[in-house]
Amino acid sequence: MTEKPHIDIDYVANLARIDLSGEEKAKLGTQLNDILGYFEKLNAVDVEGVEPMAHAHQIDNVWRTDDEPGPTYGPEVLTEMSPESRDNQVVVPKVVE
Amino acid sequence: MSDLHFKTIAELAAALEAGDTTSVMITQAVINRTAAVEDKVKAFLSSDAEDALAQARVADERRTAGQSLGPLDGIPIGIKDTLAVAGQPLRCASKMLENYVSPFDATCIAKLREAGAIIYGRLNMDEFAMGSSTENSAYQTTANPWDLETIPGGSSGGSAAALAAGQAIATIGTDTGGSIRQPAALCGVVGMKPTYGLVSRYGLVAFASSLDQVGPFSRTVEDAALLLQAMLGKDPLDSTSIAPQGETDYATALREKKGPWKLGVPKEFFGEGIDPEVKAQIEKAIDWYKAQGSEIIEISLPHSDLSVPVYYIVATAEASSNLARFDGVRYGHRSPEANDALSLFTKTRGEGFGDEVKRRIILGTYVLSSGYYDAYYLRAQKVRTLIRRDFEDAFEKVDAILTPTSPTPAFRRGERSDDPLSMYLSDVYTISVNLAGLPAISVPAGFTESGLPIGLQVIGPAFGEADMFAVAQAFEQDHEYYKATPTL
Repeated sequence: MTEKPHIDIDYVANLARIDLSGEEKAKLGTQLNDILGYFEKLNAVDVEGVEPMAHAHQIDNVWRTDDEPGPTYGPEVLTEMSPESRDNQVVVPKVVE
Repeated sequence: MSDLHFKTIAELAAALEAGDTTSVMITQAVINRTAAVEDKVKAFLSSDAEDALAQARVADERRTAGQSLGPLDGIPIGIKDTLAVAGQPLRCASKMLENYVSPFDATCIAKLREAGAIIYGRLNMDEFAMGSSTENSAYQTTANPWDLETIPGGSSGGSAAALAAGQAIATIGTDTGGSIRQPAALCGVVGMKPTYGLVSRYGLVAFASSLDQVGPFSRTVEDAALLLQAMLGKDPLDSTSIAPQGETDYATALREKKGPWKLGVPKEFFGEGIDPEVKAQIEKAIDWYKAQGSEIIEISLPHSDLSVPVYYIVATAEASSNLARFDGVRYGHRSPEANDALSLFTKTRGEGFGDEVKRRIILGTYVLSSGYYDAYYLRAQKVRTLIRRDFEDAFEKVDAILTPTSPTPAFRRGERSDDPLSMYLSDVYTISVNLAGLPAISVPAGFTESGLPIGLQVIGPAFGEADMFAVAQAFEQDHEYYKATPTL
């Protein structure tokens, strides 16, 4: 983080799977470079030997104690939430040739 | 009883118990008030009056049969549009979820129902809870009832504005970086964020999972205590929820805890960027505590000026991951232009998300991307540890910490819309609390000369809700700012 931060918007938008218009890219580019400039404050602090914190409490892995099936929703409840469904299945555009 | 819609839960519970009112009367009063002022406030994205009245009739029948469920039984509670209520729309104020209807109740909603509460309406918010003014809603802009030209704060702006306007007896919001406390301060109501993990996040649309918490908005601290104790508890459906530690009958504990306390005032929170009227009013509040016999101790939270950059790295990183689920496949918006797998994702997300959500997903994706992860995300997580340690050190010396909730009173609509960084700084006093996982409450602390509310924030140690409530209530009961109501 020694050089001036710069976001390659096309590269990141592709990673994020978001279509952006040319206008959006131009505006976001300026705003995000300002925000990244502000983040430079973090370089001033010494974090040598400091443990990263991902969570407020130390929580250990949660293991299932049993595999008893509980109540669940019928397939129609869940598939009907999708933008397109047929015969209790989600319909999507063709994804394989 | 007159003006039922401006009463507290505790007052209405007593009136219900005495047979002086009914849940149907209270619910109808809230519905009537909404009909009268909603075109000015625009707090609700939708509301189902018939459904609320049906719940109220059931509550009244229960009470008549001698089976009241307690102080929340029959009280109408408004819900932020990010919490699942079975059969009700859940849009997160986003076009992405325009037609989505929840198949189930969030755990906090189920618990409120078990306590007899009437679940009423869908309250406006910043899209996916990203914002500090509720201007990022894809549907409407909510006004601050104290000055309709100003914003109500955010992201739970609808929850704060509806309560201030008398459109609910209490409301529920969520707080990731200040989204309950900041709008509560700007709208002159009480807003409380619990210790991380105290309330289940099941049924809350995830924004930043290590920071998000559900919490109450209410007129008084006692009401907030009643709501929190109804909602808390370890939930098998949220593995990050935690069994409460210590006293959890907060409402009863409030009657016993009267101070004096050792109260910390962090010098870093009164420097650059604070509005002079806010500063003066909070200093008056601190002087009041001192006059009451509490010991005021100047403390230092040396890393607090880093909380904004740490937050906007951690929260956007988590958001970029959480919001990956909106892909146009299983629910929500799907682009009609999509013709293959990639365009299904990219076009759906390009059309469905608003500007601020896109901004944060892009930022979060960037800080997690190869080559930048260590420099941004990992470094931010380490500084997060330092921020938490600052609080741990402070709580060795003090029972609670007093700060302003927001550096400024409500600002004018549009004022910060094109400057995301200045918008982010609205949360400068609230976000370190989320990063550290602590409880905090905002209580009304007076008004500016132009009549805009100011909030005092009381921060407690983890699971220190009982004392935090007591500290806040002592000030509240001696000042009674909550009795003022806006003219609409």
